[in-house]
Amino acid sequence: MSTNPPPQPSSTRIAEVIEARSGEFTAECYQLHQAPPLGSLVKAGSPDVFGVVCDTVTESVDPGRRPLARGQDAADEADVYLQNPQLSKLLRTTFRALVVGHREGETLRHYLPPQPPHVHSFVYLCPPDEVRAFTQSLDFLSILMFSAERAPVDEVVAACLRQAAQAHPDRKLFLVGAGKTLAPLLRGELARLNTILTRIRP
Amino acid sequence: MTADRLGIVVAGSLTGGVEVKLDCDVSVEERAVGRYVVIEGQKLRFLGMVTDVSLETIDDEITSMPPVSDEFIAQVISGTSTYGKLHVLPMLAIGGDAMGLLDGPKTVKTVPAHFSRVREATEQDIEVVFGKEDERHFYVGNPLDMETKVCLDLPLFVTRCNGVFGKSGTGKTFLTRLLLIGIIQKGAAVNLVFDMHNEYGWKGSFEGAGREVKALKQILGSRVAVFTLDEESSRRRKVSTDAVVEIGYDEVEPEDVELLRQTLNLTQPAVEAVYALAREFGARNWLKRCLEMDTGDEATKALLDRLHIHEQSVRNLRRGLDKLARLGFLTPKARESSVKRILDYLGRGINVVLEFGKYKGDSTANVLVANTLTRRIHDQYRRWTEQAQGEGAAPPQPLVITIEEAHLFLNHEVMDQTIFGTIAREMRKYNVTLLIVDQRPSGIDEEVMSQIGTRITYRLDNERDIDNVLTGVSNKGELKTVLAKLEPKQQSLIFGHAVPMPIVIRTRDYEKSYQEFAEAAEIKRKAENLAADLWG
Repeated sequence: MSTNPPPQPSSTRIAEVIEARSGEFTAECYQLHQAPPLGSLVKAGSPDVFGVVCDTVTESVDPGRRPLARGQDAADEADVYLQNPQLSKLLRTTFRALVVGHREGETLRHYLPPQPPHVHSFVYLCPPDEVRAFTQSLDFLSILMFSAERAPVDEVVAACLRQAAQAHPDRKLFLVGAGKTLAPLLRGELARLNTILTRIRP
Repeated sequence: MTADRLGIVVAGSLTGGVEVKLDCDVSVEERAVGRYVVIEGQKLRFLGMVTDVSLETIDDEITSMPPVSDEFIAQVISGTSTYGKLHVLPMLAIGGDAMGLLDGPKTVKTVPAHFSRVREATEQDIEVVFGKEDERHFYVGNPLDMETKVCLDLPLFVTRCNGVFGKSGTGKTFLTRLLLIGIIQKGAAVNLVFDMHNEYGWKGSFEGAGREVKALKQILGSRVAVFTLDEESSRRRKVSTDAVVEIGYDEVEPEDVELLRQTLNLTQPAVEAVYALAREFGARNWLKRCLEMDTGDEATKALLDRLHIHEQSVRNLRRGLDKLARLGFLTPKARESSVKRILDYLGRGINVVLEFGKYKGDSTANVLVANTLTRRIHDQYRRWTEQAQGEGAAPPQPLVITIEEAHLFLNHEVMDQTIFGTIAREMRKYNVTLLIVDQRPSGIDEEVMSQIGTRITYRLDNERDIDNVLTGVSNKGELKTVLAKLEPKQQSLIFGHAVPMPIVIRTRDYEKSYQEFAEAAEIKRKAENLAADLWG
């Protein structure tokens, strides 16, 4: 007999901030390989600081020790972890999120907060309602587009929009609107615009 | 954002018109030139006409590499990286406050500010400018895609010469008939129509539809009299005519012959001979004497020698005059003075339509009849007007003379010799104005064209025709685009004296309006009868 699942929390706590600056924060996931998808909207700190996941890394906890290949005799990949339970303690998954807005009282602001979230703030994945509310305005796209980011910004923007679209009742309408916001931002960069548009095409 | 918002003003000048960037959700294809838009400025509301529509991009790369691989991308790009632009010519400004509304529309002296909102003109906007149908205003048509009536102030209209232009088959005759009915209905003037193509008297033809439509006499009854040059033709067509017009030889003047130089194929010496002979024989007898002249006769030879007229010129002249004499309405002695008869009718406020019968399309007949009759009628009007001025009495009722194929009378070569040239230039001094109907306006002298108060023009193809119709008009370039894009039928551009601003209209449905015309006439008749019953 199955029990009822526990009530879904409004936001899922997934990670903890380990480095914070005005324009971005880095968080370590509680579970190895359980980083939020690229482009998803997360929030950290109090009041909420919103970020878009732009870069996920899984690496050795000790930068001096590179992981070794261990699966030569294993039946499958999961077997590798089963046979080497220490791996989940030696490896960790972190992600970076570009700050795209914050909450000020009841209002959502689509620009950088006065302060970044504290280190050790909890990081939550925003539920669809919150994603829909935040992406009512697409002003944050300019922050993403113009961030001096090493990450593939266009891919992040496309992923972010694809995910946000899921939270909107009319996906196509949302995506066309988003495309129209991007077009003037990418003035003179037709190829880039085209790339993003082909990636968000419904 | 209001529902009918089109875009915003982004650039422009008073002389060149303003540029309007269309909002991304507004389709360029629905914005035709010739339509009206309202620009909501900060203090003034501007009414302007769309004179051009263009496609713009913010990025030149788009034109060379159009990113239209799929519908989604095209949808995103359109309105953002690419957008539509309207060129709008502001025509009138209406003050936003109560005083401004009371003052009504004014000529534009400035342009709306940057980013002023632009919306489509509503029926009310147009109505404010073109008024409602009343005792002065006559409903002639509707603006494009609107039900509002565009009305002409006819008493104002008839104070100047007016022109109806357009290629054949565009609807000139229908509109002219409509204007004549309006002028009669509103009592703006009394009309004399030289009906070269037998279209205005009893019935007219409906080109293309192969049926006939009622003309003035059928609709307005006793207020119209049909005169004819060719009784037989009128009888055959079952037109009841009121009088037959004859022109006596004594009524033809040397100037008339000069005017007919081209159609009669006369040489310059032959024309000069006419003047010499007229001096010799007298103005009333010259034509009769010339036609009787026997060139073989010794006495005649002596006379010609004395007048220094070469034999060849005489032969040329005779050939021409014989051609003239073959016109059936030209008789040695007219039974009665047609001019007097016409003036009598006009004096009683009865409108006269002169049918040409079989002389339909005959330019010799047209020029001769129109010129000889009009000269005398104008003469009489001049006397009446001067007399009225001298005695401080009311001047005669304004007279509107309608002529078709106006380029025959008003071209550059003959304009100085025809009475029509004089009327066109002196304007309404003697209460006589012209309504000229023509399909080749390039044939009309520029000076005359610039004197024309209100021009109504249907589609014209020829560049020179278009240029000439727009002579002396500001913003010629913009109107030219509008004019060139008119539909082949029933759409016309009205501009000038009697309308507050240029407007493209679809002509009122003539056949559906019989009822209204007839009702207006019937009400008037009943009122008259009632008055007669009351007062005996």
